[in-house]
Amino acid sequence: MKLERKDILGIRDLSVDEINLILDTSESFLEISTREIKKVPTLRGKTVINLFYEASTRTRTSFEIAGKRLSADTINISASTSSVVKGETLIDTALTLESMHPDVIVIRHSASGAPHLLAKTIRASVINAGDGTHEHPTQALLDMMTMKARKGRIAGLKVAIVGDILHSRVARSNIYGLRKMGARVAVAGPATMMPLTMAEMGVEVHHRIEEAVLDADVIMMLRIQTERQHQNIFPTLREYARYFCLNRRHLDLAREDCLVMHPGPINRGVEISPDIADGPASVILEQVANGVAVRMALLYLLTGGKA
Amino acid sequence: MKLLLTGGRILDPSCGLDTHGDLLVEDGRIAAVEERTGGKKSPGKAVQVLDVTGRIVVPGLVDMHTHLREPGFEYKETIATGCRAAAAGGFTAIACMPNTNPVNDHRPITEFILRKAAECGLCRVYPVAAVSLESAGKSLTEFGDLSEAGAVAFSDDGKPVMDSALMRRALEYAASLDLPVISHCEDATLTAGGQMNEGAVSMELGLQGIPSTAEEIMVARDLLLAGFSGAAVHIAHVSTAGSVRLIREAKARGVRVTAETAPHYFTLTEEALWEYDTNLKVNPPLRRAADVAAIREGLRDGTIDAIASDHAPHASTDKDVEFAYAASGILGLETSLGLSLKLVRDGVLPLEALVAKMSTHPAAILNLPGGTLRPGSQADITVIDAERNWTVDIRRFQSRSRNSPFDGWTLTGKAVLTIKDGVIVFQDS
Repeated sequence: MKLERKDILGIRDLSVDEINLILDTSESFLEISTREIKKVPTLRGKTVINLFYEASTRTRTSFEIAGKRLSADTINISASTSSVVKGETLIDTALTLESMHPDVIVIRHSASGAPHLLAKTIRASVINAGDGTHEHPTQALLDMMTMKARKGRIAGLKVAIVGDILHSRVARSNIYGLRKMGARVAVAGPATMMPLTMAEMGVEVHHRIEEAVLDADVIMMLRIQTERQHQNIFPTLREYARYFCLNRRHLDLAREDCLVMHPGPINRGVEISPDIADGPASVILEQVANGVAVRMALLYLLTGGKA
Repeated sequence: MKLLLTGGRILDPSCGLDTHGDLLVEDGRIAAVEERTGGKKSPGKAVQVLDVTGRIVVPGLVDMHTHLREPGFEYKETIATGCRAAAAGGFTAIACMPNTNPVNDHRPITEFILRKAAECGLCRVYPVAAVSLESAGKSLTEFGDLSEAGAVAFSDDGKPVMDSALMRRALEYAASLDLPVISHCEDATLTAGGQMNEGAVSMELGLQGIPSTAEEIMVARDLLLAGFSGAAVHIAHVSTAGSVRLIREAKARGVRVTAETAPHYFTLTEEALWEYDTNLKVNPPLRRAADVAAIREGLRDGTIDAIASDHAPHASTDKDVEFAYAASGILGLETSLGLSLKLVRDGVLPLEALVAKMSTHPAAILNLPGGTLRPGSQADITVIDAERNWTVDIRRFQSRSRNSPFDGWTLTGKAVLTIKDGVIVFQDS
């Protein structure tokens, strides 16, 4: 089976079959990273550009390693070193890069919809590595891969997503993916971090973490951006942590074999208490490992690979 | 010089006229309107005769809310290109907002605009001057001096007057000079950073929302200030159901309020934004279907007095960027009539009421001489072919800019002849 699309802009656009294809392909790539020689010639001669307009360590590194393990030529461009500082528009940057015949451009951007603008402009495939507060499709895919690996399924799971839902691209992509795959999603956060229309995405909406995590199979904690405090999204980190920092008491409300996930980087003691982050329920580092496999799978499938 | 329009349906809401007949223009004035009697009065030789059989002859359309961008942003639009777009859209008079660079807050800028408009000559241009210096919301401009220079109204359009005390003084001072104040109603603290209407679509697109309450809070404030002081206020570009309700209630209480909306607010909803098309980014933003229905009802029941284009030209450099960085605004002059005529076909408004909202009412709100075909009045006339199907093609726009979300739309009805001061300024080929 082939992936019949040019770009991966969001999970919202993907069908269940496409998600399954990507997850299956990802699993088959997982093993490559455990070999002594972690490299296969699959994408030899292909060029992948990581175009990052927003600071990122793990996602950019993950894409870079994914490309290199498949033998693609991988180039990183970050906004601070590119012509962005000279005032070049995204479209001009895109056309300039297009002239060098890349096969895939991976973009991270602080503006929602920027990958769509790029995808409309160029012939190369575009992968959204996170756009504003819109989507982060590769994160959701690696999260679903992790759940599937640990639980054997996604359908029927109860997944609690906790934190700043309003500003989270991770939450949006996961909600789309998990709902498509048949999971139950409960979200929790203070009303200031919750869109008024949240229930229209087909999720249970709670303002207390205890209600959301009750009988959960998976608890996904979101990163708090501390600068949001200035917008009065929350009064203080102290108060946020008091009500929403995942602790042992919360975990006891969930199912016994509940997984704890976090897209990283973690604010220890704000989103997750250290004993939970380092405890047996945490699969945070497994998420990172799966991230490389998911990105390898996408690079492979978008350049014409068959599963 | 005489001009005779023969055989058209002559429709003039200013005096309740709706007849088939001939209209004679002489020396830039309406000389006579005569019902068709079947007689064969032969016109004199010095008369140019135009057969407008099957067309509708109405008072020249008046757009009370446009942005001409000159001085300062000539790359988006100049007064001349804006006037050409106006004439092509059937408008014989337009009011232009003061958010130029420099802001129209002093006599020389008002005079500059009028001089440029006179040089072009295709359309009457009525400058709207700023309420506050640099539209900064701090100190009033010289309403009297600006008015004597030719400003017809006052507005900090694009920058809401956040200071309630300043707005109160502006309304009162303007009322004492019998000048209208036009309010751009948005609470800037609620709209800060907003990209589109707040709701299910903004949630899914991850674009920061602009709540409808941001508009309604300011509409309510201005209605209260107007009611309290006895001064008049005109509410610009009404976009929400709540605003319509507030204005309707205020009118019933006797508050001196008039209101306008723009074609995109009764034509498009936030659902159009799924592809992040920056041509749909506008302030106030496109709202929900329920708001569109309420705007239409407000037009129907008279709560909304006028249709204005809010013509807001932007160059590709302003629009071909990430949605969050794109400028807000939609071109309007060349699509306004075609989009508004749909209200007639949809049964929202009779044609006469539509013409009133696009000519007679805006002229009255701004105390302008147009909006009528009464003999003796200036010969500003628009001839409409209400049956003509045409496709919007931004490459053929007279405007300098291309930011229309209606490109490629097929509209029914357009201006085929625009006459200003008895002179043909636009004729559809």
